[in-house]
Amino acid sequence: MVIKTRALAKSYGKIIAVDGMNLDIEEGEIFGLLGPNGAGKTTLISMLCTILKPTSGRAWVNGFDIVKEPSKVRKSIGIVFQQPSVDDLLTGRENLSMHNLLFGVPRELRKQRIEEVLAIVNLEKRADDLVNTYSGGMRRRLELARGIMHHPKILFLDEPTLGLDPQTREHIWDYIKELAEKECMTVLLTTHYMEEAEQLCDRVAIIDYGKIVALDSPQTLKNRIVGDIVKLKQKNPDKEKIRKLDYVMNVQEKDGLLFISIKDASKHLQDLLAHTGQIDSVEVRSGTLSDVFMYYTGREIREGEAEGGFWERMMKK
Amino acid sequence: MSEIEAIYAVWLREAKIYAREKERIISSIASPLLWLFGLGAGIGSTVDVIQGYPYQVFIYPGIIVMSVLFTSLFYGIYIIWDRKLDFLKEVLVAPVSRASVFAGKMLGGATDAMIQVVFLLIIGLFINVPLTPLIIIESFLTLLLIAIAMVSIGLVIGANLNNPEGFSLVINFVMWPMFFFSGALFPVNNLPRWLYAITYINPLTYGVDAVRGIILGIFKFSLLYDLSIMLLFAMITMAAGVWSFRRM
Ligand SMILES: Nc1ncnc2c1ncn2[C@@H]1O[C@H](COP(=O)(O)OP(=O)(O)OP(=O)(O)O)[C@@H](O)[C@H]1O
Ligand SMILES: [Mg+2]
Repeated sequence: MVIKTRALAKSYGKIIAVDGMNLDIEEGEIFGLLGPNGAGKTTLISMLCTILKPTSGRAWVNGFDIVKEPSKVRKSIGIVFQQPSVDDLLTGRENLSMHNLLFGVPRELRKQRIEEVLAIVNLEKRADDLVNTYSGGMRRRLELARGIMHHPKILFLDEPTLGLDPQTREHIWDYIKELAEKECMTVLLTTHYMEEAEQLCDRVAIIDYGKIVALDSPQTLKNRIVGDIVKLKQKNPDKEKIRKLDYVMNVQEKDGLLFISIKDASKHLQDLLAHTGQIDSVEVRSGTLSDVFMYYTGREIREGEAEGGFWERMMKK
Repeated sequence: MSEIEAIYAVWLREAKIYAREKERIISSIASPLLWLFGLGAGIGSTVDVIQGYPYQVFIYPGIIVMSVLFTSLFYGIYIIWDRKLDFLKEVLVAPVSRASVFAGKMLGGATDAMIQVVFLLIIGLFINVPLTPLIIIESFLTLLLIAIAMVSIGLVIGANLNNPEGFSLVINFVMWPMFFFSGALFPVNNLPRWLYAITYINPLTYGVDAVRGIILGIFKFSLLYDLSIMLLFAMITMAAGVWSFRRM
């Protein structure tokens, strides 16, 4: 196990930010943490990267105890913080070369690594401008470049693609995947973007109020929990009757619509409609991680929220 | 090896930023000049000569020490901004010791202060301060020692507080007493006995005495004594600095 936590907990006074977490993440895995604002994702990552001391419990990163051997842990990791942390008063390139020195990149590799990551995040042209002339998304890209430049064994990404345009986002996903494969790098990332988790992660943990509520591969979670979603509009639906059907996994009513999760819609849809009787409209789609999230937390993860938060934070600076 | 590169990296960042912020350079040079010419000319017109030197020349060593004191102590406020803006996080998760991070920051602050010293030494040549190459080298090194101690104090305070207002408050209570009871601007021999006692426990007194002794040949103690105390003091403050950075 490259990352292992046992009953890891952190509280701030009465607030329990991380509540006794047990995680096992294997080498080379891309692991996602999904959860609403305040779920404890950042707190967990801060503890794992040794900038925050746990209240109780233990954790090992790359085999090193995060409390007893923080410097060994630091040698093994790279991190992109949720809060912007590039140096405004330096240029992009200067930020990167400072990072090279701090993270002990061998002298002969430094130049090449800088060019390499600048190309990945598409910042070659602006590399010699001061960071305070960058746009929010450009800063984010620079931070990503910095986090991966020293080819860490384990990479922590706290909402890595927040505020990025879709094109850059996909570009970065590809690169993270490639790195994880080529360098056998382990990635632990948090995200609010379901699409990101689905496309990128081998496994995801859904966390809410500091606890893991579900953990598996995105595909399994979807199959096991939500399957396909049938959206029905009907005057007086008989929810109990529908619920009793053996292929129906869950029934929820929202805004006068009935959301029915069923196993394999292509096989069972006809039968389902035979049981519901007269309907006004029907819509079928495959379930997503959003539905899984909704199932466990009873809330929606609003993707817009993440972005809003990011810009608010940027504006405060 | 990697620790030295880390110190260099942190120092280089400070130096670059200093060089880029013109206001910082201008203000750090303008204020000692105001003191030197304002006070020197103002009080100098009523006080003729002190211990054989015109007042302006007599206070010259004190003014240099003062600028080092002010610049160095106030340097600690940048660490609060760094932390507020999260710039420091990147450095704090790096696999380098906190002692190196502290050393880099401390040398960065000392560089600011010493650039000012160089400028003031050049001014000294024009206002008939008796400076020889040897005197310049000796005072430069002594002032560097003072800068190291004072930057360390500033960083200790900065590392332990998290808002700039609090920093200004605390620093004023450190800076002004240190300055007033150091003998930088006026001889302390005529002070009431209890105030006079304070000057003995003020480490800056020995810094001022050393610099004045080197430049003007007026010693209250001896150079060796002054330097030993300043060295000891610098070591204590640096140790406190490293300790504070470890807790950060
Ligand atoms: N320094 C702090 N002092 C007090 N409470 C804190 C502190 N940092 C975090 N918390 C609390 O801990 C909980 C978890 O916060 P955390 O930042 O880990 O959430 P998150 O999952 O990263 O959320 P987001 O998606 O908004 O980034 C929240 O309730 C938050 O208010
Ligand atoms: Mg967070």
